[in-house]
Amino acid sequence: MSDHAHAMQLETSTGLDNRKLAIWTFIGSECLFFATLISNYLVHKQTWLSGPGPFPHERWTSPSGQAFEPIIEIPLVTMGTALLLFSSLFVVLALANAQRGNRNGLLVWLAATLFCGFFFVGMQVYEFTHFVHRGLTLKTNLFGASFFTLTGFHGTHVTLGVIWLLTLWIEAFRGKIPPAKSLNLEIAALYWHFVDVVWIVIFPVVYLIK
Amino acid sequence: MATTALDQQRAHATAGHAEKSGLWSWLTTVDHKRVGILYGATAFFFFLLGGIEAILLRIQLGSPNSTFLSPDTYNQLFTMHGTTMIFLAIMPLSAMFFNFMIPLMIGARDVAFPRLNAFSYWVFLAGGLFLNSSFFFGAAPDQGWYGYANLTSRQYSPGMNVDFWTLGLQILGVASLAAAVNFFVTILNMRAPGMKLMRMPMFVWMSFITQVLLLLAFPVITVALILLMFDRFFGTHFFVPSAGGDPLLWQHLFWIFGHPEVYILILPAFGIISEVLPVFSRKPLFGYAAMVFSGAFIAFLGFGVWSHHMFTTGMGPIADTFFALTTMLIAIPTGVKIFNWLGTVWGGSIQYRVPMYFALGFIAMFIIGGLSGVMHSSPPADLQQNDTYFIVAHFHYVLFGGSIFGLTAGAYYWWPKMSGRMLDETLGKVHFWLMLIGFNLTFFPMHILGLNGMPRRVYTYPEGLGFETLNQVETVGSLILGLSFVVFLFNIFKTARGPRNAPADPWNGATLEWAIPSPPQEWNFAEVPAVHGRDPLWEAKRERGGPLPEPPRVSGEGIHLPNPSIWPLVAAVGLTGVMVGVMTLHIVGPWGVVVGLSILFFGVYNWAFEPAG
Repeated sequence: MSDHAHAMQLETSTGLDNRKLAIWTFIGSECLFFATLISNYLVHKQTWLSGPGPFPHERWTSPSGQAFEPIIEIPLVTMGTALLLFSSLFVVLALANAQRGNRNGLLVWLAATLFCGFFFVGMQVYEFTHFVHRGLTLKTNLFGASFFTLTGFHGTHVTLGVIWLLTLWIEAFRGKIPPAKSLNLEIAALYWHFVDVVWIVIFPVVYLIK
Repeated sequence: MATTALDQQRAHATAGHAEKSGLWSWLTTVDHKRVGILYGATAFFFFLLGGIEAILLRIQLGSPNSTFLSPDTYNQLFTMHGTTMIFLAIMPLSAMFFNFMIPLMIGARDVAFPRLNAFSYWVFLAGGLFLNSSFFFGAAPDQGWYGYANLTSRQYSPGMNVDFWTLGLQILGVASLAAAVNFFVTILNMRAPGMKLMRMPMFVWMSFITQVLLLLAFPVITVALILLMFDRFFGTHFFVPSAGGDPLLWQHLFWIFGHPEVYILILPAFGIISEVLPVFSRKPLFGYAAMVFSGAFIAFLGFGVWSHHMFTTGMGPIADTFFALTTMLIAIPTGVKIFNWLGTVWGGSIQYRVPMYFALGFIAMFIIGGLSGVMHSSPPADLQQNDTYFIVAHFHYVLFGGSIFGLTAGAYYWWPKMSGRMLDETLGKVHFWLMLIGFNLTFFPMHILGLNGMPRRVYTYPEGLGFETLNQVETVGSLILGLSFVVFLFNIFKTARGPRNAPADPWNGATLEWAIPSPPQEWNFAEVPAVHGRDPLWEAKRERGGPLPEPPRVSGEGIHLPNPSIWPLVAAVGLTGVMVGVMTLHIVGPWGVVVGLSILFFGVYNWAFEPAG
């Protein structure tokens, strides 16, 4: 980090900025939040008394002859996942530019991050709508309930991250994120990385493991 | 007279920073001491409310076949009594001490995030009011503080009762989490030079461990409450067996939170006792490091014992054995603490002042509660005791005999620092004896009634089962207990009208908060102290060879203070608005939620972009 960045920080006992320590603490707490939601999904993913049946990934026929169509679309979600992962790289590049005082680089990479975030949220909106049209809602069965709760809360986190980064983009555009204030972006970036990491767990658990 | 000299000093000290007063200054305050006082006053109000609820319950149970309360009212009162005492009284009373004392004890000028601190308080207040507003709709939560599924489903609880509970607790959870992040960072990052971790006062250590528990336990209950909210409002079936849901999932999620919550309630009291005993024994705390590590060990084990609340659900011998063993194991670090407290007092020059009375009372009462806890850590014993008054006796001995005795010791100990006034010693001792006698009369007979088979959570009992006499004794005891807090209130009001007579260091204290005037000035320390040991003030006195001079009240010119802010309050209102919006979904549609979210974002944005000072 540049000397400017050091100059603006107050002395702390650990040497770590208060806000940075706070976001790490918050992330630690959020781990338990998502761990609980993921456990809830794992408990319920095979629970269905109605609606699309126990294996949403592939066509399945029950012993009584009832046929279930697969509902999950892996290619589209893989695309969203890839973009979300790339966005973690982009936000790092944006931060590096912010710390060097390169406003244009900051704006470009932050815009790339935002594009990925928007795409992911859009992908999820499409996916949810698609599921509802196919007859899977919160109410249909416990697979649906725990799926929508888990991915919905993750999506809410992504949306909040997008709003946060968009705010910072506007600030950067107005020239209000000089290197001395790059910590503002670093904290948002830490949150963004965390939201990514959670998705790295959710994606295989929900979409890849049958 | 010393008092007039102090008063003159105070008048003199207002020159630099104007003393703030008026309603607006309280609504916008970010001073950790004022936030602490707000926490304390609000929590004490809720404590009295929960106490009145308890006395009503006791009047109902004072005689067999009583019709004083209807079964429905009884259910609402016992649910609200438990919920209030845990979330609106004991936790925020601890938060009062976190707020007021942690920065003072570690030598800081404020918490790490003063505005977040104010936000925590306003959210707590809003959550408490939201929860209690249910009484005005005649629909207070009535399913018990543990909210067992499927009692909480729309099918079995069609009214708004459970809605108030599940939404209200979500609001309160936000307050706890925000405060936990704040104090975690404050304790790690805001220590005065030389205040190493292993030099921190024990209250700060126990508070630190409490924040870790809050951070790890509250997300779990948040998810559980969200799932319940989805079941009730959005048609999911997480806890509905007919759709494949599992009511036991609720119990697991609830107790993974619920058992650490027990330590969230008791560890701050452990910390307070560890401050009071050394000061009034004139000896340093015995076994400092053992105290730190046993506290951390209790917290760690606290996450591995939750299913001892569920022995009667039939989990099988392996699970029962595991949870029985971990539960018994917790008695070891707790025992270490008790022996260290005894070791602190042993051979000391004991000063029988009011805080010491409560601290010693704490040890005696908490041992009884701890031992009955070890009794039902054994599944076969628990199968007999579960759902009887024996359990009620147990947790009141740890929560009242433990937490409330400890918090009351802290209240008497730090009252001079917080208010600038000494409480009356005689009235304090009257309070103590009434509380000790009333407490034991109320709760000790519950052991016997429970073992004789009197079930808890039932609004009355028939004649002729041999329950009458002991229940009468308990009801009389609860009235004495209530009276003891009337004496406390009288003490507060009586001394509040007197002069500000508290010196900086009335008890010959060992920790930094006693080095500054009572009450402290807004910036706490005119000069940031340097710390060289565990009992910095005792060392300073030893070096000087006597008491320290009364610290002057200074003008504070040039000391940087954070600006007041209204936005934490606005954000708290918005957050509560969201929950009111969920509550009124069936009336106004999503618009309530939208308005709440808008206010929340408006508050947060103004907060983020306002100069912090």
